[in-house]
Amino acid sequence: MPFQSTVGDYATVATLETFGFLPPMTQDEIYDQIAYIIAQGWSPVIEHVHPSGSMQTYWSYWKLPFFGEKDLNLIVSELEACHRAYPDHHVRIIGYDAYTQSQGTAFVVFQGR
Amino acid sequence: MSKKYDAGVKEYRDTYWTPEYVPLDTDLLACFKCTGQEGVPKEEVAAAVAAESSTGTWSTVWSELLTDLEFYKGRCYRIEDVPGDPESFYAFIAYPLDLFEEGSITNVLTSLVGNVFGFKALRHLRLEDIRFPMAFIKTCGGPPNGIQVERDRLNKYGRPLLGCTIKPKLGLSGKNYGRVVYECLRGGLDLTKDDENINSQPFQRWRERFEFVAEAVKLAQQETGEVKGHYLNCTATTPEEMYKRAEFAKELDMPIIMHDYITGGFTANTGLANWCRENGMLLHIHRAMHAVIDRHPKHGIHFRVLAKCLRLSGGDQLHTGTVVGKLEGDRQTTLGYIDNLRESFVPEDRSRGNFFDQDWGSMPGVFAVASGGIHVWHMPALLAIFGDDSCLQFGGGTHGHPWGSAAGAAANRVALEACVKARNAGREIEKESRDILMEAAKHSPELAIALETWKEIKFEFDTVDKLDVQN
Repeated sequence: MPFQSTVGDYATVATLETFGFLPPMTQDEIYDQIAYIIAQGWSPVIEHVHPSGSMQTYWSYWKLPFFGEKDLNLIVSELEACHRAYPDHHVRIIGYDAYTQSQGTAFVVFQGR
Repeated sequence: MSKKYDAGVKEYRDTYWTPEYVPLDTDLLACFKCTGQEGVPKEEVAAAVAAESSTGTWSTVWSELLTDLEFYKGRCYRIEDVPGDPESFYAFIAYPLDLFEEGSITNVLTSLVGNVFGFKALRHLRLEDIRFPMAFIKTCGGPPNGIQVERDRLNKYGRPLLGCTIKPKLGLSGKNYGRVVYECLRGGLDLTKDDENINSQPFQRWRERFEFVAEAVKLAQQETGEVKGHYLNCTATTPEEMYKRAEFAKELDMPIIMHDYITGGFTANTGLANWCRENGMLLHIHRAMHAVIDRHPKHGIHFRVLAKCLRLSGGDQLHTGTVVGKLEGDRQTTLGYIDNLRESFVPEDRSRGNFFDQDWGSMPGVFAVASGGIHVWHMPALLAIFGDDSCLQFGGGTHGHPWGSAAGAAANRVALEACVKARNAGREIEKESRDILMEAAKHSPELAIALETWKEIKFEFDTVDKLDVQN
């Protein structure tokens, strides 16, 4: 009987920070996260970058931050528009908190290749 | 105005018990829990504490007439019963600002918790809380970077930081140690930590560790595409040696170093925090020896005071206990002092053990670190208790994974992100913890195995030091 190890091999994966270890979200799940950003009073910001530059501090803004925007559908359509314009780029959404001058949250919605 | 010198021993309360006094905004206020010797009146005990921790001594002395003691003395201005404890009482004492050197936590503690703790008229004495006046806070450097800057440097948003201490605590060579760091970071942790006991022992000199760890951090960063770090412990024999190690960490381009602030001392800590501020280095703070000082409910210093002192002395992350793990700490009390680490204003709230309003002004916040006997099953509770501005550290809960540290790290990362995602989507993560973790495990064999490995491990002992409440 050949030796059978129960130990699995963990292969390193390249990830994109928050939610990088979860499977791709469904559309509804993405909606929930954007609704959370809006409910916190944070401003939605959309950024994109070519995958070769994913570790840069500054990604390109898509338009300007959507200050005070409460319309979930508008944010979703802007995310899609950004993805259409830059299909090979990573596209992330940020919940920007002007009070702390920090990002309340940020995660990649579309992965480029 | 002038008084005559009258040699002899006066009762402390004649001078230091002033119930009509209204504290000034610039006064430093302290709340002590006092347990006097039998037969000594409360006012006399409280006044003795005020006297011995400020200008007084046991006898009248001629030289006190050379100054204006009314201006410099500490005063007990209020006495309160301790709920559920007839033998003790709270004494509230106001100290004028000029009793303390600007920016010196060392000086504040030398006065407040110096000789008075050995005073014979007291059986026990505990410093429960300090209200630092804004005028004093503005003279302290505080956290070298603070929460917002640390997030920007590490590029971590919308979730707690995830870390672990390298194990075994002692005995690994530098190269083996670096291997364990690499495994954890490539598996999905953001940060790893030197155990507090690791300084520069014969089995692993500090320079050896720093070099191998730096290589591990850089490699993991390159392979995962995420920002990584390791707290390089710079606690050392002398301040000179401490700075030498900090300089070398900077030379290696490492983002964060570490110090043990109680065993190392407040003077060393404040110095290192200043160095970090000048050199763009993050500072992680361990708290070895704290339980010797803060665990007894009637004697010593409550940890909320030590936490406030650290925020003023300087540190970007501080260990706070876990509430749910293997170490002491109840939930309400912990919430009370993590507020004092992170918020800019914390109101008086006895149900959280905070005796005073505390205004922190513009002082940056400190990440609360939860570490010690925690594993994936605790993740939902930890996120609910500590929120995003925390660092969750799983030592045994990472290295103890049957597939090793990288898989253990991945399991923790998956669990953390699943809980954050569920919370954001409006789910009650503590109530639904089992469902959330089991769902996440469907796409992560590493998490499934971790959940199986630690399913029966609990640390359910009652806390020794509880909030004072009527039973």
